[in-house]
Amino acid sequence: MSAVPGQTVGPFFHLGLEYPGMNELVPPSHPRAVRLHGRVLDGNGDPVPDAVLEIWQADPQGHIVREPGSLRRDGWTFTGWGRAATDPDGHYQFATLEPGATEPGRAPFFAVTVFARGLLDRLFTRAYLPDDTDALATDPLLDAIAPDRRSTLIATREPNGLVFDVRLQGEGETVFLTYPRLRDAWA
Amino acid sequence: MESSQADMNREIEAAAQQPGGPQPKIDYPPYRSSVLRHPKQPAHLIDPESVELWAPAFGHRDVADDEADLTIQHAGTPIGERIVVTGRVLDGDGRPVANQLVEVWQANAAGRYRHQRDQHPAPHDPNFTGVGRMLTGPDGTYRFQTIKPGPYPWRNHLNAWRPAHIHFSIFGSDFTQRLVTQMYFPGDPLFPLDPIYQSITDPKARELLIAQYDHDVTTPEWSTGYRWDIVLTGTHRTPLESDVEENA
Repeated sequence: MSAVPGQTVGPFFHLGLEYPGMNELVPPSHPRAVRLHGRVLDGNGDPVPDAVLEIWQADPQGHIVREPGSLRRDGWTFTGWGRAATDPDGHYQFATLEPGATEPGRAPFFAVTVFARGLLDRLFTRAYLPDDTDALATDPLLDAIAPDRRSTLIATREPNGLVFDVRLQGEGETVFLTYPRLRDAWA
Repeated sequence: MESSQADMNREIEAAAQQPGGPQPKIDYPPYRSSVLRHPKQPAHLIDPESVELWAPAFGHRDVADDEADLTIQHAGTPIGERIVVTGRVLDGDGRPVANQLVEVWQANAAGRYRHQRDQHPAPHDPNFTGVGRMLTGPDGTYRFQTIKPGPYPWRNHLNAWRPAHIHFSIFGSDFTQRLVTQMYFPGDPLFPLDPIYQSITDPKARELLIAQYDHDVTTPEWSTGYRWDIVLTGTHRTPLESDVEENA
């Protein structure tokens, strides 16, 4: 069957996609809450003020979460999914928990989807936690990426959390991902 | 100097000479905002793993039934042509995507979004917000009632107008199937002039974005009906018994 093509999220996505608490997978006051944040930048290095990011992640024990409730958060249930729009500085932020390894020895990551006005189809990428250097060194994806681009997939740690910038184009362009059945749908 | 529609038509025609396949070309200069916002490196192919083999779960606690009716969100009735839009969300193997979230947003009948950045001097409708949410049923069916949106101008080039459309955000059963797109209406005269629609250079592929008028969806003395089925890419996860039960 032929897959329906994508189209840009456009300039007015806030209307349809924003809702209260969308970027707070846990309340920021949660004792284990971390701030995952960064900027979305264009090919000139200028901020993209009308982008929207979604993260989808395992819980801290590495379990894949099957809980509904991302649209009406109850403050207690961790759903593993959130959405954040960028502000006029191109900055986004999430309050979340750090994902655990879904298998022993694997590097934990956030699966990230990027949409923006001007971007005709959504982009997929990963934001790895920076800490388990052994796991990162043996990660099959990172291993397959040119060394000078690997860092675009790894968040950096700061006192209250993690920084992950997305560069849509040009110097330091983020590595974006495709998958077999996505590619084949377009073959 | 700002491009005219005639300039734009030439650019669209030139871009169509290098077919990009059935997906939009993300490097598509006729859509001016895309120039600095598309990656130049090819996407890196990987086998999805862990969370990428699953999609977030949504349920009835997330979406109230009346969120699928965009005509009852205010005290009065919105102005315009009342329509019902329905169809099925299917994966690339034809399996229904059940119990998943569909989000829609759109302009009102006059072509105005309820958004502060929309400066088109067409009237707001105090009885229309233009936002809806729903879950797919066991067979992948979604259905909502709304007002047919109007076309509207934008500033891509001089006298640029978007064909009437409804924005859709759809989740599949795995992460890799995530889709945001736009549904169009049949016979829109603006199709050949619109660089966003034409960024899909394969005509058969872009026609998949056009709903069909369906008289069986039309209801007497009430609303006209459109049908639009949404086929996602294939899932990478081998379906389990539990998935099948979940969907039964």
